[in-house]
Amino acid sequence: MNIINILDEIEKVDGEIYERLNPRRAAMKSFFNVGKKISLAALPLALGSMFQKAYGQSNPANVTEVLNFALALEHLEYNFYNRALLSTGLIPAGAATTAITTIRTHELAHVNLLRSAITGAGGTPIALTEANFDFTAGNTFGDVFTNYGTFLKVATAFEDTGVRAYKGQAPILKGMPVLTTALQIHSVEARHASHLRQMTAAFLNVPLKPWVGLGANGVSNDTGVPQVDPVYARENNTIQANIEITGINGTAVTRAAAAESFDEFLTGAEVKTIANLFIRTGSKLT
Amino acid sequence: MKNNELETKSELQEESLLKSTVGRRSFLQYAGASAAVLALVAAGCRKDRNYTDPVAGVTLDFKDDFGVLNYAYALEQLEAAFYIQVANSNPSGFTTAQKAYFQDVQFHEIAHREFFKKALGTAAIGSLEVNFSAVDFTSGASVLATAKTFEDLGVAAYNGAGVRLKETAYLVLAGQIVSVEARHAAYVRDQISNGTFADLGTLTAFGAVDANGLDGALTPDKVLPLAAPFIKTKINVINL
Repeated sequence: MNIINILDEIEKVDGEIYERLNPRRAAMKSFFNVGKKISLAALPLALGSMFQKAYGQSNPANVTEVLNFALALEHLEYNFYNRALLSTGLIPAGAATTAITTIRTHELAHVNLLRSAITGAGGTPIALTEANFDFTAGNTFGDVFTNYGTFLKVATAFEDTGVRAYKGQAPILKGMPVLTTALQIHSVEARHASHLRQMTAAFLNVPLKPWVGLGANGVSNDTGVPQVDPVYARENNTIQANIEITGINGTAVTRAAAAESFDEFLTGAEVKTIANLFIRTGSKLT
Repeated sequence: MKNNELETKSELQEESLLKSTVGRRSFLQYAGASAAVLALVAAGCRKDRNYTDPVAGVTLDFKDDFGVLNYAYALEQLEAAFYIQVANSNPSGFTTAQKAYFQDVQFHEIAHREFFKKALGTAAIGSLEVNFSAVDFTSGASVLATAKTFEDLGVAAYNGAGVRLKETAYLVLAGQIVSVEARHAAYVRDQISNGTFADLGTLTAFGAVDANGLDGALTPDKVLPLAAPFIKTKINVINL
């Protein structure tokens, strides 16, 4: 994630980012020139100040919108696990059923919590039921509720998407008490992802790690399921706040460890594109 | 003669510490200023970043984001030191797969530690001295139990400190790290007892709310006393 990429990413959701930073685009050039003179150590700090100046106290999207976005994803996850648990013969009895039941319970708790938070803030919670979802994603995963391996692949993709989605929305909740709640949900999704990856690795006998690793030949998607490529976009990144993590400060941190050690965020637009594959026409997120 | 040498060394260290404190203070005063000023002050700050007097200790000044980042740096130092010692030991009952994943975790924590060190630059606190006397590194059970505590506590620490961050870029970075810590926590828990990856009911002391599906979240004043038994270096906290 180098600074120009960050700005490009922000520009996708906030077309005025350059204007917020400085009314004259040309002035950005001078910043980059200054950046070259600043030591690498100081640059990320300078970067932080730059964003602070750009956004100040105002946010480009409102909190209720973020909570409803999160609620839509939790509806998706809850209904997915609920249908899977109701599909006879799909999930093996014992540890697997217990684990998926635990995850379903959490997703339902998240749905209820977010609903009450939105209502409490005077908003209207998004209403989605199982009928609004197509968990085969237009037959891309046609056997998702009859083939346990397919189910695990989709579940892993959902959890990894959830982790990246909350991360991407955090800036809008900056400094607010609700941020802590969102972070508390975010890390539970990461725990789910870790366990589902272990379940997937064990059942399909694939070298999937609990953390998002480098894919074959360094690609960003480590699951070997090309249909979920967008879920893992940029996960092979090894540069954080302009600092190369591979071999950082002379350590033996490999490229793989560098990519694994930081999860990446997805923008709201990226998450909606992924989620809408599983949402039927008429209910798609906009 | 030997005593004199020690005294002289001690005096020099005190002087060096005093200077470094002043350096950090003046650095922080300018931290909110423009990038150019920041760079100038950074260039002007010269302190021995590797030396920390264990008695005087380090100071986490929570008045701004630097304090929060140094707090994370302190916790990452603790975690990295733990996993390095695990790698140098041979915990009983560890499988080849467990050794490989613990090595992964070791390098994740080293990456986090070094990231904060580099990002903070001259504002970084010194190296902490750890105390793992309570851990039996030859015992797989002891290593797993300690790893579980560190990872669950790390998650709660990041979750509880996120709201203090003022800079968007730092908030996102903290989010990028905490989910990896949560993945570690889930993995370690599953090694102790499969299926306990998100046993939130056991994490209420860390601020988890099982009924709402919420993970732990603890403020720094709650986290630091829990980490203190594992850290020899005194950690002073101001402006919390």
